[in-house]
Amino acid sequence: MKNNNQLEELIVAGFGGQGVLSLGMTLAYAGMLENKEISWMPSYGPEMRGGTANCITIISANKISSPIISLFDSAIVLNQPSMDKFAPRVKPGGILLYESSNIFKPSTRTDIEIIGIPATTEALQMKNAKVMNMIILGAYLQLRPVVSNESILEALQKVLPEKYHHLLPINRQALERGESMVLALKGQLVN
Amino acid sequence: MAEFKLMKGNEAMAEAAILAGCDAYFGYPITPQSEVLEYLAREMPKHNRIVMQAESEVASINMVYGAAGAGFRTMTSSSSPGISLMQEGISYIAGAELPCLIVNVNRAGPGLGTIQPGQGDYFQSVKGGGHGDYKMIVLAPASVQEMADFVYLGFDLADKYRNPVLMLSDGAIGQMMEKVEFKPYTRPVVDKSAWATTGKPKSRNRNYITSLFIQPERMEVHNLKLEEKFKQIREHEVRFEEINTTDAEYLFVAYGLSARICQKAMDIAREKGINIALLRPITLYPYPYQRLHELASQVKMMLSVELNSGQMVEDVRLGVNGKVPVEFYGRMGGMMPTPEEIVHHLETLIQYHHVN
Repeated sequence: MKNNNQLEELIVAGFGGQGVLSLGMTLAYAGMLENKEISWMPSYGPEMRGGTANCITIISANKISSPIISLFDSAIVLNQPSMDKFAPRVKPGGILLYESSNIFKPSTRTDIEIIGIPATTEALQMKNAKVMNMIILGAYLQLRPVVSNESILEALQKVLPEKYHHLLPINRQALERGESMVLALKGQLVN
Repeated sequence: MAEFKLMKGNEAMAEAAILAGCDAYFGYPITPQSEVLEYLAREMPKHNRIVMQAESEVASINMVYGAAGAGFRTMTSSSSPGISLMQEGISYIAGAELPCLIVNVNRAGPGLGTIQPGQGDYFQSVKGGGHGDYKMIVLAPASVQEMADFVYLGFDLADKYRNPVLMLSDGAIGQMMEKVEFKPYTRPVVDKSAWATTGKPKSRNRNYITSLFIQPERMEVHNLKLEEKFKQIREHEVRFEEINTTDAEYLFVAYGLSARICQKAMDIAREKGINIALLRPITLYPYPYQRLHELASQVKMMLSVELNSGQMVEDVRLGVNGKVPVEFYGRMGGMMPTPEEIVHHLETLIQYHHVN
């Protein structure tokens, strides 16, 4: 892995309600639990009120300088406008992970790794549309293991109010589902 | 090991206010700092403290005036348009020599502007946004941790000098989440009995709080007393951070969010072989003129980076006093420069000045 896991600069973007901000926040929380430096910068402006949201999440072994960046090691995009906006801003050699049941025109760049998984369809099969973001997070962590799954689960326990703790098992399943979807895709590529 | 929490800058500031023993908070919601009132409305009553949503920012600051006069540790927070409304009250509080903390989570202006981050309130904050000869100590946090730390510092400095302290933050530092540690803090015991209006015992004369001195002779004496206080503040309370200055040929000067972006720009520039350093004023009043003056004999050029049309750059020029070129780069309207953009501008300036 690039940078020996020292620094990961990630953007997560999509529609409001897709769990964009909470995906980034869960990741940041897990980073904190692993004693890493973290920053989470949400969009809070007119674009958010107009229905799209994004957050820049940085996880680093060292103190983080700017929480605002324009180029990313990885991008997670959950709708077409975010694909169009952020695909060009992934650094060469970086990762672009997208939700393929919402996005029909992925980037055609060849200098980055582009992976699409139908997380929304999968979440509906799991009978809980809200875990879509955790399927995506599981897929992302399979590609970029910046924090451990255990830390994510611990983070969820702290981030989710206690009345939602009965949903922890399905979140765990969603994470694992995302992981295995990526593994399956990679297997296909090898074959 | 230290225990960290993941919080927004606004929430960290609110939690620190509780831990600092803030007795009373008065505020009116405005983006991008509405989390402060939300947080305190939820948490303050659990600690038997006063929290009130006033009918306007004019009312909030005057409630702060009253509470400070009665000896309470008190604060308010708002964002740019709301802080403008408070200027008359701030001037009165400074005139009456009362301690309080005011937080401005700066958004872009003028007018209602936008809710995105800005630093356009620099002049208002450090040059006196209200009327008359007064100064506030102005603290500029650049991280969620400092949003918490400067609440303690701000309250303590306010008590020490019996003067309003302003924390000048911005929408990005207020909205972003980072890890924060709430360091152990003991509220210093401050004897306010000589001036606070807490009810008159028979043993002393009545305490009287006012900013009105109708006789010019008495007013001037009061002015001179305030000026002596501001002189003490200038001598003792200058705070700044500098990074990489030892071998520097060029210098970024930036505060708050801009300083964070400049740190990244500095890393990129150094990789390209440009020896640049960063001076980050932590107190915007009093300003680190002296240190800038010293650095002016070392570096070839300074670049002030701000989220406005060029305000702090005037103070950099005052410190440098013509010794080296002082340039400016800024974005406005809630737009934020990228580190790459700043480096590009820096390279152009270096070429322009032929100082290589």
